[in-house]
Amino acid sequence: MEEFFQQLTNGLAVGGIYALIALGYTMVYGVMKLINFAHGDLFTIGAYLGLTLLTSLSLTGRFGALAGVLILAVMVMALVGIVGIVLERAAYRPLRESPRLSAVVSALGASIFLQNTVMLIYGAKFHFYPQNILPKITIHLFGLPIPLMRIIILLTSLIMMAALYLFIQKTKVGTAIRAAAIDQGAARLMGIDVNLVIMIVFLIGPALGGAAGLMVGLYYGHINFTMGWIYGLKAFTAAILGGIGNIPGAMVGGLLLGVIEAMGAAYISIAWKDAIAFCVLILILIVRPTGLLGERVAEKV
Amino acid sequence: MKDNRVIYGILLAVAAVNLHLLLTVYSVDAETQVGIFAILGLSMILMEGHANYFKMGHSLGYAIFILILVMSPLLLNRYWVDVLNNVGLYALLGLSLNIILGHAGLFNMGHASFYAVGAYTAAILNTSYGIPVLWLLPVAGLAAGLFAAVVARPIIHLRGDYLLIVTIGFVEIIRIALVNNVFGITGGSNGIFGISRPELFGFRIRRPHEFFYLIWFFVAVTVFLFHRLEGSRFGRALNYLREDEVAAEGSGINIAHYKLLAFILGATWAGMAGVLYATKMTIISPESFSFWESVLVFLIVILGGSGSIPGAILGAFLIVGLPEIFRGFANARMLIFGAVMMLMMIFRTQGILPSRARRFSVD
Repeated sequence: MEEFFQQLTNGLAVGGIYALIALGYTMVYGVMKLINFAHGDLFTIGAYLGLTLLTSLSLTGRFGALAGVLILAVMVMALVGIVGIVLERAAYRPLRESPRLSAVVSALGASIFLQNTVMLIYGAKFHFYPQNILPKITIHLFGLPIPLMRIIILLTSLIMMAALYLFIQKTKVGTAIRAAAIDQGAARLMGIDVNLVIMIVFLIGPALGGAAGLMVGLYYGHINFTMGWIYGLKAFTAAILGGIGNIPGAMVGGLLLGVIEAMGAAYISIAWKDAIAFCVLILILIVRPTGLLGERVAEKV
Repeated sequence: MKDNRVIYGILLAVAAVNLHLLLTVYSVDAETQVGIFAILGLSMILMEGHANYFKMGHSLGYAIFILILVMSPLLLNRYWVDVLNNVGLYALLGLSLNIILGHAGLFNMGHASFYAVGAYTAAILNTSYGIPVLWLLPVAGLAAGLFAAVVARPIIHLRGDYLLIVTIGFVEIIRIALVNNVFGITGGSNGIFGISRPELFGFRIRRPHEFFYLIWFFVAVTVFLFHRLEGSRFGRALNYLREDEVAAEGSGINIAHYKLLAFILGATWAGMAGVLYATKMTIISPESFSFWESVLVFLIVILGGSGSIPGAILGAFLIVGLPEIFRGFANARMLIFGAVMMLMMIFRTQGILPSRARRFSVD
């Protein structure tokens, strides 16, 4: 039973990271109907920027552990958000009116470009986060020893998701984003600046992805320039699992995927870990073709 | 207007001389330069055949392309002939995906899984039972087609992006299954080695120059068959359901049936390309059939111009050839590759050689 809860909490922590990345995919998809394949690489950039800022500015030394990491997270999110906006300007805006597949190819090109930029700057080796940033404390929760890091990651991702949900549901900008996702033309007629909405989406999505990159760096301790591919793929799977374009769907999908993977690795076979996630995805899509929370789209004639 | 071709010709000559000077400055040796010029030249002649800038007629353009391609093993060294062999293999994959993605409009990013099934079927049957490789071409093709029929059946109704991720899932599942040595016959992450060379009328095909003719003969047969297919009832039905699924169904086209057929046909061809790959390399391992491979084939179809046969071949030249050409830039070559992809899509949205609309004479 103890192993079960260990795997559950681990799965939830990883799932929280997946969910944060998946939100970037799903928001961009919702507004632009575009799969932003470069999103995984924005996540990588977040991880590397976090490492650089952490070691060069020695934030934790100056402000204490928690405040330092918090400042670091804000800086990383802001920087990755800016990269996201630049990416949208350079690679996606010129293709706004073109067939969707061209935009997909442009996104793949952007992904290769960003990945190799990271490789040229930092080299192809694994990089390691300093291991003494946050104190290694194990908290006993209901008699279970759980690393503090795991709890922090799960809590942070949950807080971010809740904040995003409230932002989308309650604020004026959030309403504009939802409106643009439903019908861009009509939104424009209602006086919504769709370009601005897309810019905001490309600020928030990559910022969350960058935060996820930082979390992976802090949680696992090592990062590599290709890790964006596999995390991006998993997060995209999570977004599809929940129903792409649907923000609560991405959250549910991410957490679910993390738990399924952790459980599959523990109880079935660790070698088949990645395959299990995809098998579950395929099974769910056979039963529910638009994901768990996706709306059924009526065929327009 | 008539002088346009003179201007094009002068510009081309100037560009070629400049490229030659640039390559010389970067001290690229003569044989590599010949290879680079062969790849670029062949791509441009192919474009000429399709777009007819020089007003020499489509068939003359293609004829020149075929002539130079057939002669190229005599001019190039082993390395560049092998590059052309890879171009041929990717052209086969591109042509087969073109049926699924270009004609039927199904977002399939899992083509490497069909390729893998074909290659592994051939490798297992060849190494365990000693069946000659070329006999396995239809067998492996059928195996891949059958695999496609089984896995595509339940997911054929999925829409665009959902289909995309599921097909990506197939590639990953197949790759992981191969790594984990499923049924104990795939050799795990080391793969299978010792696949025999093809034998044709008692002649053993071994060197890249010999493989060149085998592979490109197969490409030629494929082009002929697929060209016939495009105009057939089947090809037209696929184009119709790509343009408007609902209208196609309304006109009495059984869309699930045709989509499945497109998948099976594309997979069969990819499986046969897998056999050629296995016998060319003599070693296959799961890493050759990764998600990245699927992405490359996807790019070949879209960059070249989806739904167009010359487009798929040109896409293969660019995707395989460009990284070879930029080899001199070592680490930065993939960076350039990514940038070129973005720029191409921005300035040439429909691909370089989009399929021409079918024309019917009025009388």
